[in-house]
Amino acid sequence: MIGLEHYLAVAAALFVIGIFGLFLNRKNIIILLMSIELMLLSVNINFVAFSAYLNDYVGQIFTLFVLTVAAAEAAIGLAILVCFFRNKGSIDVEDVNVMKG
Amino acid sequence: MGIAELAFYAFSMSTLIGGIFTVVSRNPVHSVLWLILAFLSAAGLFVLLGAEFVAMLLIIVYVGAVAVLFLFVVMMLDVNFAELKAEMAKYLPLGLLIGVIVLMQLMFAFGVWDYSTGYEGRLAAEIGTGTNTAELGAIIYDDYILIFQLSGLILLVAMIGAIVLTLRHRVDIKRQDVVAQMMRDPAKAMELKDVKPGQGL
Repeated sequence: MIGLEHYLAVAAALFVIGIFGLFLNRKNIIILLMSIELMLLSVNINFVAFSAYLNDYVGQIFTLFVLTVAAAEAAIGLAILVCFFRNKGSIDVEDVNVMKG
Repeated sequence: MGIAELAFYAFSMSTLIGGIFTVVSRNPVHSVLWLILAFLSAAGLFVLLGAEFVAMLLIIVYVGAVAVLFLFVVMMLDVNFAELKAEMAKYLPLGLLIGVIVLMQLMFAFGVWDYSTGYEGRLAAEIGTGTNTAELGAIIYDDYILIFQLSGLILLVAMIGAIVLTLRHRVDIKRQDVVAQMMRDPAKAMELKDVKPGQGL
């Protein structure tokens, strides 16, 4: 039987890959969104692993809600991206300076 | 090594490989395809953990909806991705450094982690003997009905928001105007002429 720590290690590695992707693709918003999806997936792996090893369903239920919010976030993020691309003709993060922030 | 261990190592390796190539891939279409591989193998890990419902949901929602959405956007936008990738080497050392630091922190946390005493008595919804889907359904519709409905509301708001953001009315094309069609008066729209036989118009 595989131990809980193995799943946690996979989830931690996937989370770190997500963070690595955020730093590596600082200009491309699409890959930034994909990195965020990877990080959410690693959180889901943690939830489901704890749910299975603690014999408790709540982790799986919370995974469901994380999945819902991740889908909503991806939809809104891509909609903003399409909108931005229509106005600026680029998806470079450094062009997002309308508000001079 | 049993079949479960073998499957675990295969799925976890392909999850991690999918994740790495999602991040470093030069072509964003390839990135999306690697992301799909990562999601599919994560669904395999969930099946190994006995969470079939969440695994199938992951495939349906992520592979079926989110990844296809990414694919549509990548293919729809005419972006010069090579230009965006040009500075990748500049950020590589910083990314690796922060990645290693976070990984070490997580590993330290896992090194000293332990169950608290008497956690068995504090479980909220213990896994019973029924099938995964039936038991999850009973718990969601009994104890978590409000949160469940609220998550539906979140999806509705996201859907309306995405439509409002991306919908545009182009002025240079002809559109159907339903109100104008319904309000048309037949008496004004056409003119009847009384034509005498043999005379023509």
